[in-house]
Amino acid sequence: MKPLRQHQGVAVPLLRINIDTDAIIPSREMKRVSKKGLGQGLFAGWRYRYEGDEKVGPEPEFALNQPAYAGASILLAGANFGCGSSREHAVWALAEYGFRVLVAPSFGSIFRNNCIRNGLLPVTLPAEQVETLADSLQPDPQQRRIKVDLEARVIETADGRTLEFSIDEAARKTLLDGLDAIEVTLRHDDAIQAFKAADRQRRAWASLWPE
Amino acid sequence: MEQTLFDKIWNDHQVAELDDGSFLVYIDRVFLHERTGSVALSSLAESGRAVRNPAQVFGTVDHIIDTTPGRSDRTRMPGGEAFVRAMRELSRQAGIRFIDIHDRRQGISHLVSAEQGIALPGLTLVCPDSHTCTLGALGTLAWGIGSSECEHAMATETLRLKKPGQMQVRCDGELPAGVTAKDLALHLIGRHSAAGGRGFAIEFCGSTVERLPLAGRATLCNMAVEFSAFTALVAPDEKTLAYVEQRPLAPAGDQLASARQYWERLHTDPGARFDLQLTIDAADVAPTVTWGTSPQHAVAVDGRVPDPRHIADEQERRTTELAMAYMDLAPGTAVRDLAIDGAFIGSCTNSRLPDLRAAAAVLDGNRVADGITAICVPGSSAIKREAEAEGLDEVFRAAGFEWRESGCSLCFYAGGEGFPTGARVISSTNRNFEGRQGRGVRTHLASPATVAASAIAGRIADCRETTARP
Ligand code: SF4
Repeated sequence: MKPLRQHQGVAVPLLRINIDTDAIIPSREMKRVSKKGLGQGLFAGWRYRYEGDEKVGPEPEFALNQPAYAGASILLAGANFGCGSSREHAVWALAEYGFRVLVAPSFGSIFRNNCIRNGLLPVTLPAEQVETLADSLQPDPQQRRIKVDLEARVIETADGRTLEFSIDEAARKTLLDGLDAIEVTLRHDDAIQAFKAADRQRRAWASLWPE
Repeated sequence: MEQTLFDKIWNDHQVAELDDGSFLVYIDRVFLHERTGSVALSSLAESGRAVRNPAQVFGTVDHIIDTTPGRSDRTRMPGGEAFVRAMRELSRQAGIRFIDIHDRRQGISHLVSAEQGIALPGLTLVCPDSHTCTLGALGTLAWGIGSSECEHAMATETLRLKKPGQMQVRCDGELPAGVTAKDLALHLIGRHSAAGGRGFAIEFCGSTVERLPLAGRATLCNMAVEFSAFTALVAPDEKTLAYVEQRPLAPAGDQLASARQYWERLHTDPGARFDLQLTIDAADVAPTVTWGTSPQHAVAVDGRVPDPRHIADEQERRTTELAMAYMDLAPGTAVRDLAIDGAFIGSCTNSRLPDLRAAAAVLDGNRVADGITAICVPGSSAIKREAEAEGLDEVFRAAGFEWRESGCSLCFYAGGEGFPTGARVISSTNRNFEGRQGRGVRTHLASPATVAASAIAGRIADCRETTARP
């Protein structure tokens, strides 16, 4: 996993609340048994124009399709972003599109975990501060890039304002070091084995054996 | 010290407290389905890791398989077959137990877990699917995870977790006639918002919950994720134990006796502390329907679409306006009597036997209104057989419903099948998100009885006013 310490990039606002994972990646865009090939399907319901079920081109009204936000890597969103289904495809699609940081007043909890597992930084800020960030982008989001510093836990706008954010240590460490979670856990393998041995005594009824 | 039900299960699964404030928690069971489980298995294999304890891992096909009679691996979703075949093949390679499409045990994951005794009171169970919390109805600490976390659970038999807060939701009294667990869940979310349970493990309790059949408790716990909760639990009681003891994978003999002893202490001690407590009076709950694109857009069936001008918060107002535009509804519109094009009974929320019975009781002797597409998909193959043994399929068919094989089906448009673009649909499912049941489809969530009554009327109806004509 790519470590994430500092990141500077173009931000794009999508300030509605309860943007669910079905909106982030509609189920019909999850076409293969793979984590790849999902960037095209990101926000597909909003991002394309349709005739019947056929995509016939980009929807010019949608923020990601506007030149001002080309190459965006920071997403500003409303509360409860990523609520709904557990599909990690939502995170894979955001990452493949190029997003590295998401800023919202709150996140769906499975979605947030998925972000951290995939090197995508979820920053929680109050709604007014997310609006402040959105305002700071104008008139030219391409020039008015936002800087995110995970080590210092601050976000800096192009007009020089800084916003502090907090994030739990576990998530911060995983992102800063780009750690592989399974490897980290297996460092505790002795504890896992000891737990299992004791547990087999205490809850023998809970074990299953191979068929 | 007094402990909650959640504390008791958590403490017995805590492997280690880590220096970053999170915990390593032992996972007793992992359940997979073809949509996300296939990705987890293939990615795990690619990384050169094995499933550590295959005896505790199970899988089935439910999400994208076809549900029309005579089905095969072929799905209506282009490329869907690949998921079904990958799931089958990867399960074989990993040595896990896989329940295939024509297996008598096949069904929606969370129903299969319960029916087979994969989920038992006091166990931890995870599945890469957000509605895994359904199994809290049995007193199983069960929650949905992403595919990467699922790989972690399979490779290490543990997950790293922050300890959630604890919320008690108490409901006392008798639900009025025609009001079900689904209405109660929608009522709760409508009142406290779709984010009301964020960060909490919820325990549902009170006399109303005690009186609910296990199916109703499952509906309630199922909707906990729409409330943004980490998961939900109901303390196991005699009803629960009588059910789980009969399951194929339940412990037997001496093991059952010791399991029973263990299960009997799985309840919250008097005086144990919760971080937040909510109460609902069952008498306040009416048949409830959603009007918008979030489960929190819930109103009593005789309620109205709100007027965004009265919403102070700007983002909330903007979001409400977008929801109304998508749903093609004007402020103040009465929900009742909205003309519908389709009706769906199914999903892990409401496709168990009591749900089908409740809908059949309304449908009996009636006909679905002209022009309405009405579909019933039993939640598992076992439920389908039981329903057919009772003749429920005949009631559904005679009323003009399609009667299908089990699976997720139109719950989420993944099998490539949805209602036509722009259709207005009443549905016993859990999500009314944009496009959930087909592109541009407008979903109104409701109980099976309300769905049945509305299908007959051709418009959203109050199930208390529809009479069966046997
Ligand atoms: S029935 Fe619907 S909500 Fe339930 S597991 Fe299937 S797709 Fe998900």
